Amino acid sequence: MKAIEAFETPQPSKVNYINAQYGLKSWLLTKDHKRIALLYLGSITFFFFIGGLYAMMIRLELLTPQGDLFHSTTYNKVFTQHGIIMIFFFLIPSIPATLGNFLVPMMIGAKDLAFPRINLLSWYIYLAGGLITIYALLAGGVDTGWTFYTPFSTTFSNSYVVAAGLGIFVNGFSSILTGLNFIVTIHTMRAPGMTWFRLPLFIWAHYATSLVMILGTPVIAITVLLLAFERVARVGIFDPTLGGDPILFQHLFWFYSHPAVYIMILPSMGVVSELIANFSRKNIFGYKFVAFSSLAIAVFGFLVWGHHLFVTSQSIYAGMIFSFLSFAVAIPSAVKVFNWTATLYKSSISYDTPMLYALGFIGLFTVGGMTGLFLAALAVDVHLSDTYFVVAHFHYIMVGGALMGYLGGLHYWWPKISGRMYPEGWGRFSALVIFVGFNLTFLPQFVAGFMGMPRRYHAYPPEFQVFNVLSSAGASILGFGMLIPAIYFVWSMRYGKHAEPNPWHLPGLEWRTAAPPPTENFETTPIVTWEAYEFAPPEETEIVGKFKGELETA
Amino acid sequence: MQSWVPFVPESASTMSWKVDAVYFYLSGVTLFFTLLISAVLIFFVLRYRRRTPYEIPRPVAGSHKLETLWSVIPFIISMTIFGWSAKVYFEQYNPPKNAMEIYVVGKQWMWKIQHSTGQREINELHVPVGRKIKLIMTTEDVIHDFFVPAFRMKADVVPGKYTTQWFEATKTGRYHLFCAEYCGMNHSGMIGSVIVMESREFDNWLSGNAGNTTPAVAGQQLFQTLGCVSCHGANGEGGRGPTLAGLFGRQTLLTDGQSIRADEPYIRESIVNPQAKLVVGFGPIMPTFQGQISEDQLVQLLAFIKSLQIANPQPATPASPLVSRPQPQPSAASSPQ
Repeated sequence: MKAIEAFETPQPSKVNYINAQYGLKSWLLTKDHKRIALLYLGSITFFFFIGGLYAMMIRLELLTPQGDLFHSTTYNKVFTQHGIIMIFFFLIPSIPATLGNFLVPMMIGAKDLAFPRINLLSWYIYLAGGLITIYALLAGGVDTGWTFYTPFSTTFSNSYVVAAGLGIFVNGFSSILTGLNFIVTIHTMRAPGMTWFRLPLFIWAHYATSLVMILGTPVIAITVLLLAFERVARVGIFDPTLGGDPILFQHLFWFYSHPAVYIMILPSMGVVSELIANFSRKNIFGYKFVAFSSLAIAVFGFLVWGHHLFVTSQSIYAGMIFSFLSFAVAIPSAVKVFNWTATLYKSSISYDTPMLYALGFIGLFTVGGMTGLFLAALAVDVHLSDTYFVVAHFHYIMVGGALMGYLGGLHYWWPKISGRMYPEGWGRFSALVIFVGFNLTFLPQFVAGFMGMPRRYHAYPPEFQVFNVLSSAGASILGFGMLIPAIYFVWSMRYGKHAEPNPWHLPGLEWRTAAPPPTENFETTPIVTWEAYEFAPPEETEIVGKFKGELETA
Repeated sequence: MQSWVPFVPESASTMSWKVDAVYFYLSGVTLFFTLLISAVLIFFVLRYRRRTPYEIPRPVAGSHKLETLWSVIPFIISMTIFGWSAKVYFEQYNPPKNAMEIYVVGKQWMWKIQHSTGQREINELHVPVGRKIKLIMTTEDVIHDFFVPAFRMKADVVPGKYTTQWFEATKTGRYHLFCAEYCGMNHSGMIGSVIVMESREFDNWLSGNAGNTTPAVAGQQLFQTLGCVSCHGANGEGGRGPTLAGLFGRQTLLTDGQSIRADEPYIRESIVNPQAKLVVGFGPIMPTFQGQISEDQLVQLLAFIKSLQIANPQPATPASPLVSRPQPQPSAASSPQ
């Protein structure tokens, strides 16, 4: 009881980062990481709803086996643009650019990121990339699939491939700059006493993500550039009639795009570590294992791209090596899941909305991760690759994983970001609706895929209809569930209950300042004398089971 | 196309059950771990729910033993999956030597099939039950993918090279053939059927199309009309160009000192891009045929070159003992399509 009260911080001055300055210019020229986070939040939400609209169009078309709603050219553009928007303009920036931007400095006790101007620049670059992409959509759209496979994209497609590629190329630089900023900030700007192993796991996850952003993104930029070069100047790189190799494109593309999956999921894992520890008032079981598993995923993630090429005529021996490494990269993810679960042992669990998302994440990520093993398994992948099984698998990772973590984190830090509480009842209700809608949408797709339904099909044989009807029904529930938070978050900015600085009663640094925080985050530079997630004094630590003598003091 | 087991696609090849066995093992492992974690989560969430608003649980120390345990056990399980599935994969992509060869050419948006006896079909593939069939595949435009769910087989069809896969059907019937690699506007219309027939019926089907030119004979025609004969000789005996008779499958020494096995991709490359790999003792005098001949014609030339044996310079009988055909005569050959 005493411990909790000690965390409470009195509400200081009335001036915070939101009301410190007024006017459009004060937002568009801000160097405050918190304001830039809000700029990002607005823009990625915009792109999320465009991508969501495309998703609804896909599910509507697939309600019937005949391709009767759109022309197949339109359908091909719809699924392509759903992928491009959701991956490059929502999922990749989602957590790092909003929650990461807002919280990385606050959680380590810094005033801002290391390079505030570069941070603002990254948002403008993101915006420029987004506008170029929107131009591509409005001018006529792209129909190559988000994977841009050659030689279709370089020689055969009649759509706006170069414009869309340019959008992705430009957008990549915002990722690189964000990653760079995080790495320098985490290295150099930690408050006194904030040692590496006192960092919240959210920070470790962002550190690992930043590594992938910096090392991977240049490769996709080069790849897209080569693609545009071949398409415009007819220089033979990928098209065999010009002397190129179409499979080379796939190697380059997946060298980035597989690690990109970890750009999406690692920050989400960081959020979930925060939620699990804080809503059960418990230190994370095996803190170091969870921290290092993020780094392991980031490093091994670069060595598994070939598992996207098991059926492309890649050497079968290369296939075996990539398969082996793909199984290996699954282990650090499994370690995280076990540690999160173990953290709940003898804890004190509350059922607030963020925790519901975290628990949902563990379940859905487990399914997503385990079905990934099906696709890493060579013989099984031969049957499943390019079917709806793959579609279901990566949606379990990207929506069930990345998006659930993002929504959980947004609810969790909303009081800090906005200074207002979201309506808890509606929060729990929508979390439940989203969970049910999500599973109804994507579980049937595993079955459809195993039965043999190929992905990217505008029309399909009638025996697959039952799965598609279930999936479309689920998608409408999921879409409805997504609208609820969108409405109440906006509502709460004006009408929500005023939030206390530390509404969840937590020890983390970001909770030891006002809500919303002042522009400089803390009145005085904090000095950290406690471990991460230290709810109770360490001398009370309980030793579980019979493992005495081999203990790690968490 | 449902099998009697719900949610399992029909099995109609020797490979189907082998793939399914790994799939079911994986499903079992997935179900076990998903249920285990869900059960433990639900139990903890109910058992350790917060009872009073200010309660603080005691911290728990981590455990190296537990961490090792839950790293090593999943690793061992995943290695069993890896080893098993790699073994089956090796079988899937290693065609047996005595397989009946069929040529497949993909094209936006259709499948063109050529049997070695000369029959051609579009979006349909007739095969006998119980015979090993090897598909030699390429495409005229973009990447496609030849996918037959009931056979659990799939392989990309890549422009500029030949890819192969094989199967042995175990059940007669009509099975879906899908293009599984997105290939543009009418991708979902690039579908067809594999029709598996009893051997006798298949023979009848073949003879029903009697009088067709075999790819080898059509290739011989091309060999004449394209002027290959002037350097390689009428029967591939060689001259200013390297000898082609008996070339297929043999090691060939190149000018750069390397040695290469003369397989389908090598022969294809030597026609469309002759300067890429020069046979030792020959100059770079052959013109490129890139853009001059279609993939169909390339397949025919390939079939002709494969048919040239040293002992028998006439086009040899293709490896189809199922049907007795008259020995093809170059003079009787109709012009290639």
